[in-house]
Amino acid sequence: MSTETRKLDRVVIRFAGDSGDGMQLTGDRFTSEAAAFGNDLATQPNFPAEIRAPQGTLPGVSSFQLHFADYDILTPGDRPDVLVAMNPAALKANVGELPDGGILIVNTDEFSKRNLTKVGYDSNPLEDDSLERFQVHKIAMATLTIGALEETGLGKKDAERAKNMFALGLLSWMYHRPTEGTERFLREKFAKKPDIAEANVLAFRAGWNYGETTEAFAVTYEVAPAKLNVGTYRQITGNTATAYGIVAAAQLSKLPVVLGTYPITPASDILHELSKHKNFDITTVQAEDEIAGIGIALGASYGGALGVTSTSGPGIALKSETIGLAVMTELPLLVIDVQRGGPSTGLPTKTEQADLLQAMFGRNGESPVPVVAPRSPSDCFDAVVDACRIALKYRTPVLFLSDGAVANGSEPWLIPDVDSLPDLTVEFATDPENFQPYSRDPETLARPWAVPGTPGLQHRIGGLEKQDVTGNISYDPENHDKMVRLRQAKIDGIEVPDVEVEDPDGNARVLVVGWGSSYGPIGAAARRVRKLGLPVAHAHLRHLNPFPKNLGEVLRSYDKVVVPEMNLGQLALLLRAKYLVDAVSYTKVQGLPFKAEELQDVLADVIKGVSA
Amino acid sequence: MTAIDLGIPGLTGVPTTDEKQTARDYKSDQEVRWCPGCGDYIVLNTMQSFLPSLGLKRENIVFVSGIGCSSRFPYYMNTYGMHSIHGRAPAIATGLAVARPDLSVWVVTGDGDALSIGGNHLIHTLRRNVNLKILLFNNRIYGLTKGQYSPTSEEGKVTKSTPLGSLDHPFNPVSLALGAEASFVGRALDSDKAGLTSVLRQAAEHRGSALVEIYQNCPIFNDGAFDVLKDADEAQRRIINVVDGEPIRFGREGEYCVVREGFGLAVAKSADVDASDVVVHDASDLNLSFALSRLSTQDLTHTVTGVFRRANRTTYDDGVRAQVGEAKALKAADLGKLLHGKDTWTVVG
Repeated sequence: MSTETRKLDRVVIRFAGDSGDGMQLTGDRFTSEAAAFGNDLATQPNFPAEIRAPQGTLPGVSSFQLHFADYDILTPGDRPDVLVAMNPAALKANVGELPDGGILIVNTDEFSKRNLTKVGYDSNPLEDDSLERFQVHKIAMATLTIGALEETGLGKKDAERAKNMFALGLLSWMYHRPTEGTERFLREKFAKKPDIAEANVLAFRAGWNYGETTEAFAVTYEVAPAKLNVGTYRQITGNTATAYGIVAAAQLSKLPVVLGTYPITPASDILHELSKHKNFDITTVQAEDEIAGIGIALGASYGGALGVTSTSGPGIALKSETIGLAVMTELPLLVIDVQRGGPSTGLPTKTEQADLLQAMFGRNGESPVPVVAPRSPSDCFDAVVDACRIALKYRTPVLFLSDGAVANGSEPWLIPDVDSLPDLTVEFATDPENFQPYSRDPETLARPWAVPGTPGLQHRIGGLEKQDVTGNISYDPENHDKMVRLRQAKIDGIEVPDVEVEDPDGNARVLVVGWGSSYGPIGAAARRVRKLGLPVAHAHLRHLNPFPKNLGEVLRSYDKVVVPEMNLGQLALLLRAKYLVDAVSYTKVQGLPFKAEELQDVLADVIKGVSA
Repeated sequence: MTAIDLGIPGLTGVPTTDEKQTARDYKSDQEVRWCPGCGDYIVLNTMQSFLPSLGLKRENIVFVSGIGCSSRFPYYMNTYGMHSIHGRAPAIATGLAVARPDLSVWVVTGDGDALSIGGNHLIHTLRRNVNLKILLFNNRIYGLTKGQYSPTSEEGKVTKSTPLGSLDHPFNPVSLALGAEASFVGRALDSDKAGLTSVLRQAAEHRGSALVEIYQNCPIFNDGAFDVLKDADEAQRRIINVVDGEPIRFGREGEYCVVREGFGLAVAKSADVDASDVVVHDASDLNLSFALSRLSTQDLTHTVTGVFRRANRTTYDDGVRAQVGEAKALKAADLGKLLHGKDTWTVVG
């Protein structure tokens, strides 16, 4: 029987299994295959906070969703077209999102009575009719993998662990993916354990061959390469792009970087990545706590390095006082907050955008800090370079608000030409003639960066209020008022690019405004409603403090402004306060990104309301 | 900047000057605003008199402090300085020391700043052995907040916040530092200019973290806390000054000495023991240093001064720089190559 090949423009695949099943690796590899093939793609990992939740339970389910297409896509997809479920828990946790007619590939080996009971199945769903609305493929993946590895002499347990590669092989066959990359990857990853490497390669091939030789699959699918802008691409996650942005900023500013940080989910990968690039004059210090992390970064900035600290919301709470010291001492500092669900420990591995007001106002006194937020994994690179520009040029701490979705998600990245990156070089103060530590550049209001070791510029700084110009301690009422206003004016005056409005129809009366990682779902939703004949404009903010200068005018040019956020309306609050605009706030805080579908409904309702 | 190697490990990489310096050169133009009679004045003067002898370029010296009376110190030094936030000076100074091998970095802190709110940073800085000199002004009281008990106040201390007496058991800062395996620990009295200068000099010369506890009188909220050590007769009986390599004897005529007792040390009359039983101080011996620190009691029956411990151990900042240096030597900083990574694909028009 020959297999039919159907052409698709896009597919969403979700790999789901136990946390120990290697689903993240499987997803990563499929992503790399899609990238190598030239598809546009977006990914969304979803995993428990526990390293190994009890095996086979619902809390232990780990999944990786991948959306790939022959055109430019914006999100990892609302729901899967194909669900690979490695055990009953993975099936139960994910099948609700599989649409009717969706492809369901199940590893039957795990569907024992005990495992079914563990997740509350009274009867085996593979044997009753509860899955009949899907195209179900029941495959004994573990058994087949063990069989395929019989001759390797590998123990049963080790052999069984390669079943994720069997699944990957099968899916790679189904979607005509290139396989060389995965085989090379496996051999490199397990270079020190060649027998394990070969076992994984064999399992991968067994999965492929299973598709090819059995008649279980009548159809395979092709998703053509996407017509992306000309250039060289790679796949990148947000945390990696953030780390690379810092490396780039170091090179562009010709400064060493000192990262002072403390491990925290989901920000730790920035530390891991930067610690590999010491050859770029990057020092990473894993401090004793969050406070020491930022203290070390600030101390390094004081010494003339680019100080960086990275954390998530709980860490920002601990760093607040030192951010205030950086505001007072007017030193450059990059503070990265990879937001996660809060408050308190909250949802460590889930995403949220609820630290905006913390970034804006979470310090004592009038303590303004610029806030920059990336919109997608690859955008982290440009956004962090820009955050460093602001920190260095204006001598200020800058809050960089990434989030779990951006940090762990991945997408193709059009690799920038190094020569096209901005010049971030700084000038240290050197002239003792009339030197004053708190004199200001008339344009930027930045004070001189006079680093220890510079002859004749000895001076003292600190957290106490400064006398204007001299920087001496001052308790003078008028001076304090002046300094508070000066610090605010410096931040208000930071040059940021105008916000661009996407309104292809040119006649929208409704504007949707977002920030951060909701760019994808909002953009996708806007496309959908436009297809329905409902015009909508989309503006997405990278700069949240200060806002772009044209933002007020943009907001006022529409009848209605909708602000979707993964919090309870923090940007909406700021927009209302600053621009007196009656923004409609749409909010959701489930620890997951918006779905394009739900935002489509929200936007359609508002647009219809305006037209009525 | 030229670094001249003076052969002083603690100052390797810090540029020196041939210009003659005096204490006056180290006085800033700021009016000193401690209370009259505060021990901080003496320490400041001692430091200003001592620094010229190091012959360093003034601009390569930095004082970083936290919060509290003593933390005003940097304002009065004509060097670089940062008066930072409560308890965090060791962390900030660590960042500075890591970034700048050409600086002599000093931390000025107090018993509340270093041992209470900043306790974590202190022990971890000492554990890492960052090349910092930490001056811990211990007056056994909170001065700037006007008289609450501190982590070195004695049990039962009646203060504004403990009208029925403090229930807290105090830290012995030297024992704490040695517990964190500090590579240099010393103690001196504010009023003993020669002793303090000697400890400061050894601290400056030591490569690595140096913790110097300075008993310092607060005339307002804890006046006389160390008076028994300042009375000439009492001091003879109480102060045990230790010198590396020398037998530990004290008293006007050396009539007291230190001997081993069980796992620790004890004070004995020299007349009662064989001379060979008198403990010879070995500052490289952590256990001996710790045992010595236990001879100091909160009630000051005995107080050990001098350098408890001085041991060679790789400093954190040197180690960090070595790793960066090796990485640079092994691999060029090619940004384009980094951004491209291993797997790329090209879209052509």
